[in-house]
Amino acid sequence: MAVPSTIIYQYLRSKKKFPHVWCPGCGIGITMGALLRALADLEVDKNDVAMVAGIGCTGRMSVYCDFHTLHTTHGRALAFATGVKLAKPNMRVIAVSGDGDALAIGGNHFIHAARRNIDITLILVNNKTYGMTGGQYSPTTPSGKFGSTAPYGNVEYPFDVFELAKGAGANYFARGTVYHATLLQVLMKKALEKKGFSVVEVISNCHTLYGRLNREGSAVKMIEWMNENAVNVKVASKKTPEELEGKFLIGEMLNIDRPEYCERYEQLIERLGGKSKAQNEARSPQHEAVEQ
Amino acid sequence: MSKNNIRLMQGNEACASGALAAGVSFFGGYPITPSTEIAELLARELPKNGGHFIQMEDEIASIAAVIGASVAGAKSMTATSGPGFSLMQENLGYAYMTEVPCVVVNVQRGGPSTGLPTKVSQSDTMQAKWGTHGDYFPIVLSASSVQECFDMSVRAFNLSEKYHSPVILLLDEVLGHMREKIRIPEKDEVQLIERCKPTVPPEWFQPFELTPTHISPMAGYGNGYRFHYTGLTHDPFGFPTGKPSEIREKLDKLMLKITQNVDDICTHKEEFLEDSHIVVIAYGITARVAQQAVRIARHRRFKVGLFQPETIWPFPEKALKRALEHADLAIVAELNQGQLIHEVSRIARSKVKVQGVFRYDGEIMTPTEIVNKIREAN
Repeated sequence: MAVPSTIIYQYLRSKKKFPHVWCPGCGIGITMGALLRALADLEVDKNDVAMVAGIGCTGRMSVYCDFHTLHTTHGRALAFATGVKLAKPNMRVIAVSGDGDALAIGGNHFIHAARRNIDITLILVNNKTYGMTGGQYSPTTPSGKFGSTAPYGNVEYPFDVFELAKGAGANYFARGTVYHATLLQVLMKKALEKKGFSVVEVISNCHTLYGRLNREGSAVKMIEWMNENAVNVKVASKKTPEELEGKFLIGEMLNIDRPEYCERYEQLIERLGGKSKAQNEARSPQHEAVEQ
Repeated sequence: MSKNNIRLMQGNEACASGALAAGVSFFGGYPITPSTEIAELLARELPKNGGHFIQMEDEIASIAAVIGASVAGAKSMTATSGPGFSLMQENLGYAYMTEVPCVVVNVQRGGPSTGLPTKVSQSDTMQAKWGTHGDYFPIVLSASSVQECFDMSVRAFNLSEKYHSPVILLLDEVLGHMREKIRIPEKDEVQLIERCKPTVPPEWFQPFELTPTHISPMAGYGNGYRFHYTGLTHDPFGFPTGKPSEIREKLDKLMLKITQNVDDICTHKEEFLEDSHIVVIAYGITARVAQQAVRIARHRRFKVGLFQPETIWPFPEKALKRALEHADLAIVAELNQGQLIHEVSRIARSKVKVQGVFRYDGEIMTPTEIVNKIREAN
């Protein structure tokens, strides 16, 4: 991995907004680093990126990144992002959301963004808990695990985010962990390049709350657990069900090419004889001048 | 004026046509009676102009998409009714906080809850003012004719673009579905206001810069300006703040940009007020009923006049005070159990007696009901 500061520095509000709010050892920083390196790999101009975030620890990522950043209401990042994308179809729109934000209060928007297959990349940081409000159980907290609102163990079942995204119609789904930071960067790069709705689920650690309530140890210990229990999809098929017991899959799990929503809408505009926004937004000389 | 400019049109249609004349380029909505025709007409027309219509998964998502599109630079709107308007409240608060122009049309029906989907009501008068949490100063217009549906739709966009704030346009079931003659103005007759853009280089740009007018330039997306918006209370750079002085500055900004411009925002209509001892105050569809009632009563030699606020929030307080100068009775007619009457009572103080004519059985008021009240008073 490259030296982080030099590559990702260009994409950070480094002089203004640091230190960040995250706990020491939190996986969201690793996630943000992987995302920014993926953008650097793609040589993305930061003027062409809109980052739309929800509420929670993950939502705070929008403060630190030097893009067009929209920190929205709880659960609604994808709905706001849909409006942004339709107003600026040429812009790269990235939504960042936690598991509670994207799958509980924002669950409806998640499935409908996938169903529309709109060209938005969702970075879903799954730490299996509501961190910012103090460790309550979330839609990804496994059964039996503890949360501040599950003091006797969670009696609900968690979502399988992959099945949800696939069933709802996304073009791309990958899962990574904050241990496998290099893989994460690769998966994010592929998701960003993908036309259509793409999701990268990042298994992250909340040692401060979830880890403490479930006696899973320090940040280091929780991140080591990811290394011990993650199985890449490429090798999973060669393993027996017994070997996969208690493990979870990482890697690229869905990659299809269903036509994307904005393109289909542009085609509709053309069919009706209208002039599309994408054409209107062809970069004008003044436009460039402002940037220089 | 050509003959072709005269149309027979429904209120909802006129509202959507007004939005198109104002240059709307994004509509995000969810079907709900009795507002649906607005969405249907824009679904048909917007793509022809290169604009975008999207039916979202619910009203929460609708207003979210509308705000997202507006932040990025599009003139955006949605249309809904009571239950949907309730669902929109949290994100409407976001738009007040982040000063995002957008137009929300609420074609009112009876409530609370699912209430009376196909029947008329004016019971969202107070929700339009106080619907979301926190201190904020909404602009709310109330149309009383199909022509006003068109004109106020244009005005709603202009006010929202001028003051960088959501504007709520209240219609009601009767007005939305009523057909009337309307004159569509020529394109060059429609005066449009666009949001003010930054003139400073990107590195100097502050999205919530403190200015004498309390309105800060909006950059939009993709113009070389990068900035942060958040629903958290923020400093002039848009970043969250916990500093008491900055919190106060932000909330004062939200207040003053409206309260200092009340004279520009508020409009009203009046009839026969010169010699009136009784003033009937009515808005929306009830103003039409009240107008007829006042004319009947005048015919019977009652000294009665009509005051119709077109902007109900902020309320045209100065104008009403003037209207009540020589009056000893104000009659407030509305299709609810008494909402705007509280504002009228506050303004009238103890100098003028205030009485209400309220109807909330899903039917429109009749002129006779108001005439009877005028007769009782004498």
